[in-house]
Amino acid sequence: MSGTEILFLIFAAATCGGALAVVFSQNVARMAFWLIVSLGSTSGLFFLLRADFVGATQLLIYVGGTVVLLIFGVMLTNSSPYLRIRASSGELVLACGVGLLLMSVIYSTVFVVDWSKMSPRSAEQVGQGYNPSGEGNTARPIGMKLLGLSLEDLGTHRKELSSGYLLPFEIVSVHLLVVLIGAAYLARTKRRIDSATRVGASGSART
Amino acid sequence: MDSLPLSWYLLVAGVLFVCGVICMATKRNGIGVLMGVELVLNGANINFVAFSRYTRLGIDGQVISLFVIVLAAAEAAVALAIVLNFYNNHLTIDVDKGDELQG
Repeated sequence: MSGTEILFLIFAAATCGGALAVVFSQNVARMAFWLIVSLGSTSGLFFLLRADFVGATQLLIYVGGTVVLLIFGVMLTNSSPYLRIRASSGELVLACGVGLLLMSVIYSTVFVVDWSKMSPRSAEQVGQGYNPSGEGNTARPIGMKLLGLSLEDLGTHRKELSSGYLLPFEIVSVHLLVVLIGAAYLARTKRRIDSATRVGASGSART
Repeated sequence: MDSLPLSWYLLVAGVLFVCGVICMATKRNGIGVLMGVELVLNGANINFVAFSRYTRLGIDGQVISLFVIVLAAAEAAVALAIVLNFYNNHLTIDVDKGDELQG
């Protein structure tokens, strides 16, 4: 068993175990912890797939940003630190049955296809030969791809231009702006109502 | 050095996807439902990156997975604001309590 396989097994076990623990733990804070374990080892899988930029982004944005946001949500909405809102065990058993059915459907479709002919592409095919050492493997191909230039096609005789991802990038950036404004608006409307009612209450108390 | 078959990654992604779906279906805690969504998106992301390495999809799969990560962050921000509003109105985040709109 090679080192790659051992690393894969470790990361895959942590990913699946973390996901299962998220499903079966009842405490929200523990669910957040197991989510961190699962997402972090997912970034390990990305590193094994030589997608170092995506793995680093996963660590930075998911584990560093989204999960921290979720933990803040846990802290802002819990009235007691050990709040448990349980689903009934019958519902859990039913959902696990449906989940096993769904998993069997997915796995049967996975095993219908013969994936053994798929082998990992070499570094030249991925366009990694254009990277100076010390810049990582995929940062430059991803950046060029966003601009519409595919480093994978440079050595080949493919003539058609790829379309690039500038328009989706713009859409995502505007979407992020809209989301920030919307989230800020949604989160502060209640406080405005609170202060208004408090002013009204104090005013009515004074009169 | 790399002799891992592609199907191993697909199996891990399938486990993540199914766990996320079960999490979305069973959790009565609003934030637990959000965590289920994150798990589902991660399963899809593993598939994108694995196919970008093993097929001619190439670097496109990694770019798409970056978009998925960014959109998941945006979705978490908006959904968290909605959950906070729900908590302000109901003093709980039990999603079963949000049933005023049923007919």
